[in-house]
Amino acid sequence: MPQEHYIAIMSEPIEVPTMAGLMAKGESPEILFWVGCAGSFDDRARKITKAIVRILHKAGLSYAVLGTEEMCSGDPAKRAGNEFLFQMQAMQNIQVMNGYNVKKIVTGCPHCFNTIKNEYPELGGSYEVVHHTQLINDLLRSGKIRVAGGSFKGKKITFHDPCYLGRGNDEYEAPREVLQKLDAGLVEMKRCRAKGLCCGAGGAQMFKEAEKGNKEVNIERTEDALEVKPDIIATGCPFCNTMMTDGIKNFGKEKETEVFDVAELIAQAGEL
Amino acid sequence: MDYLSQIIFGVVFLAALSFFIYNVRRIRNNIRLGKNINRSDHKKERWRVMFRVALGQSKMKARPLAGFLHLIVYVGFLVVNIELLEIVVDGLSGSERSLGHWLMRWNLGPVYDFLIATFEIFALLVLVACVLFLLRRNVAKIRRFHLSEMTRWPKSDANLILIFEIVLMAAFLLMDAADYSLYANSNGADAPGMYPVSALLHPLFAGSDVFTLQTISHVCWWIHIVGIFVFLNYIPFSKHFHIILAFPNTFFSNLWPKGRFTNMENVKKEVELMFDPNADPYATPAPAEEGTEPGSFGAKDVTDLTWKQLLDAYTCTECGRCSSECPANLTGKLLSPRKIMMDTRDRLEEVGRNKRKNGANHDDGKSLLHHHITKEELWACTSCNACTQACPVNIDPLSIIVDLRRYLVMEESQAPPELTVMFNNIENNGAPWAFPQADRFKWAEDD
Ligand code: SF4
Ligand code: SF4
Repeated sequence: MPQEHYIAIMSEPIEVPTMAGLMAKGESPEILFWVGCAGSFDDRARKITKAIVRILHKAGLSYAVLGTEEMCSGDPAKRAGNEFLFQMQAMQNIQVMNGYNVKKIVTGCPHCFNTIKNEYPELGGSYEVVHHTQLINDLLRSGKIRVAGGSFKGKKITFHDPCYLGRGNDEYEAPREVLQKLDAGLVEMKRCRAKGLCCGAGGAQMFKEAEKGNKEVNIERTEDALEVKPDIIATGCPFCNTMMTDGIKNFGKEKETEVFDVAELIAQAGEL
Repeated sequence: MDYLSQIIFGVVFLAALSFFIYNVRRIRNNIRLGKNINRSDHKKERWRVMFRVALGQSKMKARPLAGFLHLIVYVGFLVVNIELLEIVVDGLSGSERSLGHWLMRWNLGPVYDFLIATFEIFALLVLVACVLFLLRRNVAKIRRFHLSEMTRWPKSDANLILIFEIVLMAAFLLMDAADYSLYANSNGADAPGMYPVSALLHPLFAGSDVFTLQTISHVCWWIHIVGIFVFLNYIPFSKHFHIILAFPNTFFSNLWPKGRFTNMENVKKEVELMFDPNADPYATPAPAEEGTEPGSFGAKDVTDLTWKQLLDAYTCTECGRCSSECPANLTGKLLSPRKIMMDTRDRLEEVGRNKRKNGANHDDGKSLLHHHITKEELWACTSCNACTQACPVNIDPLSIIVDLRRYLVMEESQAPPELTVMFNNIENNGAPWAFPQADRFKWAEDD
């Protein structure tokens, strides 16, 4: 018997639609929510995934996920130099997505976002791809979702730019515009936007020990963040989230500073 | 000037020009050893990038002080070198301040006044900026000037360039000062030019006779012009070549979003074949097309890189802005994107030299990978693009790092063990971790 997929939303559970399920009903959604490996398997990142679902649901968007039909986008393989594996992954994913006639994709992972947006087209997969912070920004602008912002009043938030969203794809403003809606104080680290320092996870570093050095990259970056004494470090990437969370733990600052994804903050403020 | 000096000047001038052209062609041939890549699309956008980044120095302002001083030297050098026209004409024809006299004949004396005054002011500014640069480089403790790849030669190269410019500008001003004193002594009403800076040096020559002044003027004239010729020919051997290559290099910039890596064509062909239901899995691969090499996956040596990556290497100014923003370098790892570029250039020079000496097919048994750039460096990169963002002339060290990684992984199976595990996971269960594919949708069940 197929499992039913519900996530709790305050009191009301949301059923998460799949492409296959909708197709069986003869429907096809406007947007595919690409969850990504971290969003699917990592305990912390799963919370971000749910926050994104709540936002999609609240905005009344026609969306679905691939569920068990989704596979790694191939990003870590490609950055590590395994082009074969990357293209194998890409081709499989493209076959699935083209089979569902996917037109638009939103994803919570800047790595998936980058690779599907920029590297899939040449392999036969052309879609309109947006990062979740871009979509959320549009939804807030058009009034499809609203946030009260009250609970964040007086809080200090700093945004850590994910490399593949910022420098990789020149998107610095969308997440900041979203955060501004929270009525909190947005403070910038000394290295931000195009000069933002990497969290240390990219280029497949997430999956290996760092090379020999005198410091971990995430520690260096966490120091940047702690310098501005934020209540919240906001990110837009599950890997940055892990790295910054670990960094905060390393300094024993869990009480003072928490790490959240932009989507989580909006879901919280919108009481979704 | 007598004919002898005209002849000497002509010979020096021609020799300098031909040696320069010879070296530029040598470098061009080296760059042509690279693989083909199309960078001639979107011409309009390319011109725009070149105007903004090379001519307009848009990326230099990220470091305001260095950027400002650099701007002075850059504009100053361009402006002062307009004077070169007059110098060459004077040298060849044996005249003195030919442009000035010519302009005065047309009642355009003030134009010449303006020109010389501008040259002088800029010469002084360049001189001061270069002295400050020297101090910054050698006295101030700026990390990026002292990283491990800044060995003896790169350090002296940078200092030499600055000293050169200081000497050239000083000679130019002294020459003007001597001329000014000559005109002043003779109360020459028809003396060409206006000398706001060198006039200040006039007291230096108080009491000097005409002969001494003429000698100083001539000697400085020769130092200035021969200095310029020597400098011109020093450039192709130096990081200073960026003053020329910055323009083509920014023109041929990568116009895609920085996050995008190239899709390898030769891999694509094989993968497509695997996905083609009509393909015969047991068929022998089609014979390679006439004239094409079988080709390897990724880059082992400079000849496996594209010509743009090689152009990048010759354009690198060794400023170290890339390395000073590199998360790996900042945290003490061996990787330095500047070193990647310097290694690529050094290796390319070596390969080019070998080929010229021993024929086009010569193999010295060395390669960029391993002999110059080690695995440890390559595996430290987070592919964050901080280096490409920081580079004032749009160099892309990351693309070289990735091409070398590709060779390590696909040709030599030399990925670190944890990455091999990650590859296997992706291959077997569609995720970089060892979770079964069937659990992928579990996130929506609990709560
Ligand atoms: S892309 Fe690699 S080499 Fe460049 S700055 Fe980032 S970590 Fe350093
Ligand atoms: S690659 Fe660019 S930033 Fe790095 S040293 Fe060379 S010129 Fe400077």
